[in-house]
Amino acid sequence: MAAKATTEALEPTFYLVNDEHHHEPGGSTLLGFWIYLMSDALIFATLFATFGVLSTAYAGGPIPREIFSLPLVALNTALLLVSSITYGFAMIAMQEGRLGGTKFWLIVTGLLGAAFVGIELFEFAELIHEGATPQRSAFLSAFFTLVATHGLHVTFGIIWLIVMLFQLNQRGLHPENQRRLQCLSMFWHFLDVVWIGVFTFVYLLGVLR
Amino acid sequence: MTDATHADTHGHSHGAPHASRRAYVIGFLLSVVLTAVPFWLVMTATLDATTTGVLIVGAAIVQILVHTVCFLHVNTQSEGGWTLMAYIFTAVLVLIVIAGSLWIMFHLNTNMMPMVDARSS
Repeated sequence: MAAKATTEALEPTFYLVNDEHHHEPGGSTLLGFWIYLMSDALIFATLFATFGVLSTAYAGGPIPREIFSLPLVALNTALLLVSSITYGFAMIAMQEGRLGGTKFWLIVTGLLGAAFVGIELFEFAELIHEGATPQRSAFLSAFFTLVATHGLHVTFGIIWLIVMLFQLNQRGLHPENQRRLQCLSMFWHFLDVVWIGVFTFVYLLGVLR
Repeated sequence: MTDATHADTHGHSHGAPHASRRAYVIGFLLSVVLTAVPFWLVMTATLDATTTGVLIVGAAIVQILVHTVCFLHVNTQSEGGWTLMAYIFTAVLVLIVIAGSLWIMFHLNTNMMPMVDARSS
């Protein structure tokens, strides 16, 4: 104990003072939000892993090739992909200080997102109507959990987007709103990245199997 | 060019990187190709299943990287490199979770009692 204290005392102490960055208020929000997104990615990773393990546990029920409609999935993928670039246009309009342009592109993005959720709900309704319910097999439980978690994220993204439209209407493009729009931008593009995993590993590989 | 102007006017080039129309358009065009080709391969069944599987997984990985760079603007400069560090760390964890689960469960399946295919039984 005493020996340890002496060695500690002998070692020189350094303090790293790192204040080269001037932090404006809310300057760390974007990084914090990014770390939230990374933790969200881990939620999706566990859901993907679950789906991967259970993807052939059909329990005598329907198999992917029988129930998945690829044209519908292709349409949904296109909607989400186009909504990514329209959100990008909203961000560019925001940087250029064009409030009208920002709102216009946000509305387009929101409508595309709503169409995506609508088609997904239609797909779910069809599946349940055909008897491919989450209770039917482990494969279907994992499928509904993974895809619906993504759909729920998109739904919350749309709600956030509507809130931002009200904020923009009342307060305009002030720095706080710009920061919020940047967070929503990351959220929206992140959901598109997750969807790449969904359409590849769930739908395309499922139909291929 | 436009990026530099924006960084100057906003005065924080170390913060969130600024979007450029060019990055979005390039990212979008690449994504369209990387989405359309896998769907086309699967829907027309041009190649055999194994080759198609490898190609569509490859396309997905490339598309995720394209989205990360062009849409999420992850680069070595944003937030002093922390965005990239967090991203790489998460990517490693995601790979361990997914690949590890599949590996372990596959071995468990093969080492357990022989199962007849559920559909044929």
